[in-house]
Amino acid sequence: MINIFEVAETNRMIEEENLDVRTITIGISLLDCMDNNVDQVCSNIYKKITTIAKDLVKTGQDIEKKYGIPIVNKRISVTPIGTIGASCCKTTDDFVKIAKTLDRCAHEVGVNFIGGYSAIVSKNMTNAEKLLIQSIPEAMKESELVCASVNVGSTKTGINMDAVKLVGEIVKETANLTKENDSIGCAKLVIFCNAPDDNPFMAGAFHGITEGDAVINVGVSGPGVMHEAIKKAKGQDFGELCETIKKTAFKITRVGQMVANEASEALGIPFGIIDLSLAPTPAIGDSIADCLQAMGLERVGAPGTTAALAILNDQVKKGGVMASSYVGGLSGAFIPVSEDQGMIDAVEAGSLTLEKLEAMTCVCSVGLDMIAIPGKTSAKTISGIIADEMAIGMINQKTTAVRVIPVIGKDVGDTVEFGGLLGYAPIMPVNTFGCDAFIDRGGRIPAPIHSFKN
Amino acid sequence: MEKGIITVVGKDSVGIIAKVCTYLAEHDVNILDISQTILDGYFNMMMIVDATHASAPFNTLTEEMKNLGDDIGVRIKLQHENIFDKMHRL
Repeated sequence: MINIFEVAETNRMIEEENLDVRTITIGISLLDCMDNNVDQVCSNIYKKITTIAKDLVKTGQDIEKKYGIPIVNKRISVTPIGTIGASCCKTTDDFVKIAKTLDRCAHEVGVNFIGGYSAIVSKNMTNAEKLLIQSIPEAMKESELVCASVNVGSTKTGINMDAVKLVGEIVKETANLTKENDSIGCAKLVIFCNAPDDNPFMAGAFHGITEGDAVINVGVSGPGVMHEAIKKAKGQDFGELCETIKKTAFKITRVGQMVANEASEALGIPFGIIDLSLAPTPAIGDSIADCLQAMGLERVGAPGTTAALAILNDQVKKGGVMASSYVGGLSGAFIPVSEDQGMIDAVEAGSLTLEKLEAMTCVCSVGLDMIAIPGKTSAKTISGIIADEMAIGMINQKTTAVRVIPVIGKDVGDTVEFGGLLGYAPIMPVNTFGCDAFIDRGGRIPAPIHSFKN
Repeated sequence: MEKGIITVVGKDSVGIIAKVCTYLAEHDVNILDISQTILDGYFNMMMIVDATHASAPFNTLTEEMKNLGDDIGVRIKLQHENIFDKMHRL
């Protein structure tokens, strides 16, 4: 039987170390909502989402109450709209109409984000997908809860450099259109390489076409719990350190699995995957940077940081896979800057640079995330940053992403406040040497040699 | 069997257990086990209860136990047993 110390340990994790389930995300297929009339498509989408997801928020709240564990976000991901709008959207305005419909659905069912305003263009773009990408700035301005993503490359296809060039301009334009709110539109836009079909985390979640009609994916979290555990392993060798991280990841993931099963049963929707990501928040004690520093770094960004992150990322997976039979999504350690107080402190102390962050993305779960850069950064330079990150993903057969915010009107030395879970960030300097001629070449970077596995 | 874990944490005073037990009896919740200890200087009590035949839904009990705790100045939490089972048992 469970003893009082085990009960106290679990409750200490919840009450003092910020253990929570970060998100329950319902993936909903919109393939059966397609039509050649955009208003009909919007009406189909509205009906389908508000029917399937109507009990999501309440179910989440019931589970929170039953087990006494917070479930921070309830979200929805949908089939990439670049596909859904293929036959009905003739202009960018048509796509924006769908974005507004998604926003209305999200408000109606009470979720905090809806993802899937996306295009998968890793090899090339259809006309509709190009239109969707071009509509992103307007869609981000006109909607509140809609998240957009574009997958511009993969290990199997190489990198679509025409798309990389285009999304550089789109990031810049989104920043411009939302400049009254510190360019916040860019916080809802992610550029991917090797994007997974079943990611429950925003802003990059979409319901891939490999998925069924509806699915429950759950993202667990717990940097605070991990930090406390690592602190207890102070002075011990790497073997012991890894054991500690693994055991903790196992415990956290088991809770996520339980919540997923419960939600799946209550909603009558099949369970998909658990995403094992350690996702920080701006709250004190909920930081990945703290975990890395507890391993023995003076500050994140110091030599040793990439190795420490590699350990954390790998051990989280090793502990987590034993706790759940279906692990997917991004799974690993997120290293956003604005959402992690320890990262922000490291940037402000001069320890963490964009270049070091890029190196860290080789071993973390995703990529350059929530990084505020000077508003004057050119679209070509942003494309260059994206191309570098996509190349890391393509060559290393991992998911990488870029979510940078060129904050219009601000420069190095300023800070920007996004609010809530998105946090605040100091503007980070970007290398000012150009890459225009490189980006202007156009075309495709061929798939790497190790993609030929057949 | 629908088992729950009740934890009571706070400053020790007269009648805490009596009030919790009275509430449980009134709602047909059976107590299976009680243990208590002092953790970090605080009074910690844990009860394992069977709520299978409870006269109210589990989440109502959760809420009312929390309110009872607020009334008597301690923190009372009722949680379904599964969260501890999953975390600590293979």
